[in-house]
Amino acid sequence: MIPFDTLVVDDVSRHFGRRRALSRVSFHAGRGTILGLLGPNGAGKSTLLAVLATLLRPSSGTVRYGGHDATARGASLRAAIGVLGHDLFLYPELTARENLEFFAGLYAVRDVRAAAQEALDQAGLADRADDGVAGFSRGMRQRLALERALIHRPRLLLLDEPFTGLDDASAAALGRRLLTLREGGAIVVLATHDLDIAERLLDRAIVLREGRLVETVDRPEALRSVYRSIMSRPDAASGFSRTDGA
Amino acid sequence: MFARIVWLVLRKDFTVEVRSLEIAYTTVFFAISCVLVFAFALVQEGRAPEGGAAGILWVAIAFAGTLALGRTFERERQSDTLRALLLAPAARPAIYVGKLLGIVALLLAAELLLVPLVAFLFQAPLLVRPGWLATVLLTGTIGFAAVGTLFAAMLVRARSRDVLLPVLLYPITVPVIIAGVRGTAALLQPEFDPGIIHFWLALLVCFDVVFVTLALWTFEPLMTD
Repeated sequence: MIPFDTLVVDDVSRHFGRRRALSRVSFHAGRGTILGLLGPNGAGKSTLLAVLATLLRPSSGTVRYGGHDATARGASLRAAIGVLGHDLFLYPELTARENLEFFAGLYAVRDVRAAAQEALDQAGLADRADDGVAGFSRGMRQRLALERALIHRPRLLLLDEPFTGLDDASAAALGRRLLTLREGGAIVVLATHDLDIAERLLDRAIVLREGRLVETVDRPEALRSVYRSIMSRPDAASGFSRTDGA
Repeated sequence: MFARIVWLVLRKDFTVEVRSLEIAYTTVFFAISCVLVFAFALVQEGRAPEGGAAGILWVAIAFAGTLALGRTFERERQSDTLRALLLAPAARPAIYVGKLLGIVALLLAAELLLVPLVAFLFQAPLLVRPGWLATVLLTGTIGFAAVGTLFAAMLVRARSRDVLLPVLLYPITVPVIIAGVRGTAALLQPEFDPGIIHFWLALLVCFDVVFVTLALWTFEPLMTD
């Protein structure tokens, strides 16, 4: 695993054929930061997360993890990145323990069984460890998926709408877990539509629209007004936060 | 490290399949149905057409293999777990090899049922030279699955993947099917000629080496973008 304390995105663009998904996006994040990616559907949040996860190469620009470039340090860099996608990356046919042990093995975690047990305890699923994931509720799966993404103790955690479908208790538990990770020095990049959660958790946020970075918000308390102001512009797309008054 | 990742992916696929038996059931059922339909159509008054058994055997393997390939990657698509595999710091070609071995094992298991069935229905002496037959089936299955695994992985996010997979797969695997059919047919001849078998086997091995190498080489860039 490559240790790094900063994430620097410099002038990154990504095109799919003639469609521009990201256009000249630049920002940075340091250790112990929860950075939010905000924007309407199709703004480029998931594409940006895929670029940060090294799943997509930028069409131009660079992403640097500490002093390292993704293209040069593929596998060893991926060992320091954890991803929780909108889909949960779990095998429903396997038990919770089998899922965790499989991914711990893929990430070359030293003591696979101990790591899986610790993750089960952290997710509050120790008593369901040997049950098939297919029988779990959305909240249980989400907690398990988060621990799966963290099983190798990544330096950078990328989350795509992790609060979708969670009840209040599960959302609060997930929020607490993210704050603990921040205190531990991780860089957390969180794509969300939910301004309540964004205000509560984020240290900084960038607002994307049509693939462009249109605003960087350093004060969480100003997030709601800045976001509404941006989205009320005439060409804004519709349909996001449950708190945006829509 | 490479072998460990191959083993992890293979063991995971095996565990998932043992729990559901979804792909095994559909593949075997489809292959047996295919052989039965051909048997009803072609075997007249207890006589099968000469060389028919080899052709029917490989048609069933190709069709059932396509079904298995599609279902295997459909399973990885449902929770986007293929993306999770690609995100791991493992060598991506190892993931390809793990998936390939799983499909080869599944097809070989299906062939264990198909060979006696075809031999019985078409009254073909398929089991007279079991070693040679196993070698032809193994090399042919590896070649077919090597190309199929790569294409099925590439197409996993394509909307029309079920249509595109056979459209891409069959033209490229024509040499495997031809060599498999001709090699198997040569085994059914009353006078065994090792030279003919060697020729078709060499063709299959060449195909396997070329396409496994190409797939290992191209899997990472194809799956990254």
